[in-house]
Amino acid sequence: MANYSTNEFRSGLKVMLDGDPCSILENEFVKPGKGQAFSRVKLRNLKTSRVLEKTFKSGESLEGADVMDQDMQYLYTDGDFWYFMEPDTFEQHQATENAVGDALQWLSEQDVCMVTLYNGSPLSVMPPNHVEIEISETDPGLRGDTAQGGSKPAKLVTGAVVKVPLFLDQGDVIKVDTRTGEYQGRVK
Amino acid sequence: MNKWQPGASLNTLHRRAVMLSSIREFFKQRSVLEVEVPVLGRSTVTDLNINSIATSSEGAQGYLQTSPEYFMKRLLASGSGDIYSMGKAFRDGEIGVKHNPEFTMLEWYRCGWDDHQLMSEVAELMKLLLAGEDGTTCDVIKMSYADCFFDSLGFDPHSADLRDLQLLAAKLASDSWLDETRANCLDLIFSIQIETQLPLGVAIIYDFPECQAALAQMGQNSVGQTISRRFEAFLNGVEIANGYLELIDANEQALRFERDTDARKCLDRPTLGVDQNLLAALNSGIPACAGVAIGLDRLLMGILGVDSIDQALAFSWLRC
Repeated sequence: MANYSTNEFRSGLKVMLDGDPCSILENEFVKPGKGQAFSRVKLRNLKTSRVLEKTFKSGESLEGADVMDQDMQYLYTDGDFWYFMEPDTFEQHQATENAVGDALQWLSEQDVCMVTLYNGSPLSVMPPNHVEIEISETDPGLRGDTAQGGSKPAKLVTGAVVKVPLFLDQGDVIKVDTRTGEYQGRVK
Repeated sequence: MNKWQPGASLNTLHRRAVMLSSIREFFKQRSVLEVEVPVLGRSTVTDLNINSIATSSEGAQGYLQTSPEYFMKRLLASGSGDIYSMGKAFRDGEIGVKHNPEFTMLEWYRCGWDDHQLMSEVAELMKLLLAGEDGTTCDVIKMSYADCFFDSLGFDPHSADLRDLQLLAAKLASDSWLDETRANCLDLIFSIQIETQLPLGVAIIYDFPECQAALAQMGQNSVGQTISRRFEAFLNGVEIANGYLELIDANEQALRFERDTDARKCLDRPTLGVDQNLLAALNSGIPACAGVAIGLDRLLMGILGVDSIDQALAFSWLRC
């Protein structure tokens, strides 16, 4: 991989830091009037999702990380791995539970997810921003209570638990924003 | 962002014009003469960490000036008396939220004054420019470089062991600071630990370390340590001004040029011929004086309360 110097650090650039792939979030150029320039850089460790702050001298460089984001269709799980397919080449990738992470609770077969590949293997999975999932368990619905007030927890068939309005019932399909985990509406 | 459009709003352009005319009025009332000096010169500064943009005219090497200082000192040596300049300065590679490679610099010199007298005048100008419509203005505090370190970090920067400074710098940044110079370690620690905690308003910090003298005379602080008679001003934690009790000794100046050039060689940075005209001017005699430069784009950022220099300029480098 190419090396990138501090003046090439841009938001979104993927670099290796202490052996882990990281994504640069921010790069602030700092230079005392008469002093040496340096860069204060915020990075997200793509394995742990932790955000780090590092200070580099201007001109220092980091090795690029072989990291690529790709849309893939979720196929199925065999319990050990979760299988994703590239839509144009039909090439399949198996992701570990660790890589699937929090996306797990939102995944329905055939959803198109963004899979981050590191050295060719799935490193993390981003579910679609909006998903439509059936409610598997919730307290019985209260008829007529459609306007306002109250919510109740509902468990979805994929495993997530979402707060929903009181009128919804088991078997209803709802739309959820996976970034916030918030209920967006009932799907007719 | 539409790149063809200005980064500054029309209101900002208006405020900028008001700032420039207020500064001219301030100096007119004090009988300081406005001068224009070249932005294109045949020589440039030797500072280790300031890079000039090189250019040429009919094959003759030239440089966009990083400040008007050398030309202004040649005017002082010619008997100009108190002078100020408002013009463009250029620094290669300085691009960021608070940096633009081309910027507007106000620089002035007061003959027969010392650095503390000049700090008072900087404070007066800041209070004038930062005054609101209701007549209230910013707070100005003044403290020594050593006291900043004592207050924030509990140690004396002038007597601190180099190794301890390197270890602290490495802890704040990375191991690549373990072999850094005293000046660079102090700058890093100051930037990360002190600058970010400066109060709102104007903070003037004086008596800089001996190793960061640049073009300031050496002196002694109240406890007898050798310091440089250099000061900086910060507005809301952003560096906006740098001033000196000016070095006027030609031999000492020649020695500092030589040291800069050696340091540049060590780091494989381009070495530049020293400005013989400046040395000749100092040799002919220049009045004792104090001088200061203020970055006006950053000052405008403070007046407007905006975070990015792009918002203070009609067209920053991003839009050129």
